[in-house]
Amino acid sequence: MPDHPGKSAIEVRGVRKVFGTGDAQVAALDTVSVSIRENEFFTLLGPSGCGKTTLLRLIAGFDFPSEGEILLYGQDIAPLPPFKRPVNTVFQSYALFPHMTVAENIGFGLEMLGKPKAEIKARVAEMLKLVKMEALSARRTSQISGGQQQRVALARALAPQPKVLLLDEPLSALDYKLRKEMQIELKRLQHQTGITFIFVTHDQEEALTMSDRIAVMSAGKILQVGTPWDIYDKPAERFVADFIGETNFLTAAITDIGNGKARATLKSGATIDATVAEGFQPKDNATVVVRPEHAKLTSGKGDLSGTIENIVYFGTDTHIHVQLDSGEAFTVRQQNTRSAGCGFERGDKVGVSIGNDAAQVLRD
Amino acid sequence: MADPRSADIKDQPGFRSIAIICLCVLYAPILILMIFSLNTGSLVTRWEGIGLGWYGSALLNQEFHNAAKNTLIISVTATIISTIAATLAAIGMTRVKPWRGLSAAFMVINLPLMVPEIITAVATLSFFALIAGTLGLNFGIGNLILAHTVFCIPFAYMPIRARLEDMDLTLEAAAADLYATPWHAFRRITLPLLVPGILSGGALAFIVSFDDFTITQLVAGPGQTTLPLYIWNQIRRPMTPEINAISTILLLVSILFVSISFLIARRRAK
Repeated sequence: MPDHPGKSAIEVRGVRKVFGTGDAQVAALDTVSVSIRENEFFTLLGPSGCGKTTLLRLIAGFDFPSEGEILLYGQDIAPLPPFKRPVNTVFQSYALFPHMTVAENIGFGLEMLGKPKAEIKARVAEMLKLVKMEALSARRTSQISGGQQQRVALARALAPQPKVLLLDEPLSALDYKLRKEMQIELKRLQHQTGITFIFVTHDQEEALTMSDRIAVMSAGKILQVGTPWDIYDKPAERFVADFIGETNFLTAAITDIGNGKARATLKSGATIDATVAEGFQPKDNATVVVRPEHAKLTSGKGDLSGTIENIVYFGTDTHIHVQLDSGEAFTVRQQNTRSAGCGFERGDKVGVSIGNDAAQVLRD
Repeated sequence: MADPRSADIKDQPGFRSIAIICLCVLYAPILILMIFSLNTGSLVTRWEGIGLGWYGSALLNQEFHNAAKNTLIISVTATIISTIAATLAAIGMTRVKPWRGLSAAFMVINLPLMVPEIITAVATLSFFALIAGTLGLNFGIGNLILAHTVFCIPFAYMPIRARLEDMDLTLEAAAADLYATPWHAFRRITLPLLVPGILSGGALAFIVSFDDFTITQLVAGPGQTTLPLYIWNQIRRPMTPEINAISTILLLVSILFVSISFLIARRRAK
C-alpha cells in the first residue's frame, strides 16, 4: 500500500557527522549520500566503527548531522527531534520499558500520539497477533524470553505505523537458531506491513539473505550500494569483496575495456573474460576477484597452475588451497558428493580453470 | 573448619574473635540501653525488674511530645524539600549536556558531607545571627528547617544520582522515538523508574535530619527543642530509665527508616 509510488522513502544527501572538536575531531560519516526506496528492505552493512549506526541515529534523530540533508519523502527531517519524526526504531538492547506490561509497551507510541483508547486497544491487539504474542500481553517485559522481547520491541516500533522502521542490529543478542527464525520473521513482517525497513548489521550472511539492497560501509563511507547479488558477484572494491564471503585476489593487466567488460591477462599468461567495476580507471596492474566456487581444479592445464597446499572438508563442500606458481594463493570450493572424495591430494600439481563469467575487475 | 590453604579472610586466624569484639563494642551499649528502658526501678544502672512503666511515662511527658512534634515538623519538611532539590540536581547533572562548572556544582552539593559538622553549625549560626541583626529577619523554626534542608541534600542526592546513572539511556531514547516529548518521556519513563532512588534518598535524608544534634543545638532558639536536644538536656539531670525509653523509641524509628532505605535499594538491585 505505498502511497508515494516510485519515490524514495529516505534520501541522505551529503551527510557528514563529526564528533569532537579541534585535533580530536573524528568524522564518523564522511559525506554520505544514499537513496532508500519505498517499501524496500535496505541494509547498512559494515564492521563496527564504520558509521552504520551513526547513520541510523541521524535518521532516527538521536544525533544531528554536522552537514547535509536527510529527506523523508522529500521533507528535510535532519533538524527535527526524534519525537517529531514518523520513524521508529528497534534497538539492539530492545529498550523495553521495564515498568510496563507487554501491551503497555506496544501501545506507548500510539498513546503519545494522542490516539483514542479504543483505537490503541485494537491496534495493540492487532500487533500482538502479528508477532504471535497474544498470550503474553499482560506480562512484564522482564518475565519473557529474549526472543519474545525481540518480538515486543518489533511490535512496539511497528504499532504507530511509521513511514520507515529502523533496526539496529536487532538479532545480535539471539542465539543462532532463534536468529535464523527471526530473519524469516522479519522478512514476513516487512512484506505484511509494507513498511520500509532500514536494517543495520555487521553480519554479511544476514545482509545477503534478508535484504532487497545493501549498502556496504567502511570508515564513514558507503563503498557500494546494490542487490545482494551485485554486492556478492560484482564487488566494486577490495574491501567489499573481502568483507562479503571468501574470495581470491589476482593481479592482472586489463585490456579491451568496453561495455562493462574487459579482457584480463593474469600473471600465468592466461587471458580471461571479466566484468569491470563502475568507476574503474585504466592502470597497469588491476585486481581481479574470483569466488572460490566459480573456479575449477583440473589435473591438466588450466588458466592458472600451482600445487595443492591444503584440503579442508566442510560437509557441504571442500575447500582446496592452492599455491599458484605466480606466488599468489588461490582457493577453490568444490561441492561434495556422498561416496567420492574430492579427487585430489595435498602436493598434487594442478591447474585452475576460471569460468567465462567468473572474474570481476575491482576499481581500487 | 579452618582450612590453611584457604585465601578467604574469614578463615584467617583471629578474624572471628576480632569481629566479635568489634560487634560487642558497637552494639552492647545500645543493647544495655534498650534493656534498661524496661527497668522498673528509677536508676539506669541498677536492675530491679521488668516493666513498660518508663515507656508510659515517656509517652505522657509533655516535653517529650513537644520535642517529638518539633522534630517531625523539621525532619518531614526538610526531607521533602531536600529530596525535591536533590532530584532536580541529580537530573540536571546526569541528563543534560556537560556544562561548565558541572564538577564544581557536584562538589558544592557534596561539600556538607566533607565539612566538619561543627564548622557548618557555627557558620549557620553566624549566618542566621547576621540576617537577624541586619535585616531583622528570624524565621523561627524555619531557621532549623532551612539548616536541615541544606545538609540533607547530599544524602538524598547520592542514591538518586546512582539510580539515574544506572538507568539505561536508550529507554529515554526509545520514548522519544515513540513520539514522547521530553516532558512525557520524563513523566512516563524516567520518573517512575527513579521512584526507588527518590524513596531511598528521602529515607536517608529523614534519618539524618531526625537525629541531627550539632547544628540543631547551635541554631535552635527557645521552644525549638528537638528529640536529640531533649535527650541531651535530660542526661544533665539525674537520669531515669525514661531517657532509655525515649532513646529506644528514637532508635526504633531510625532502624525503621534505614531498613526501608535498604530494602528499596535491594529491590532495585534485583
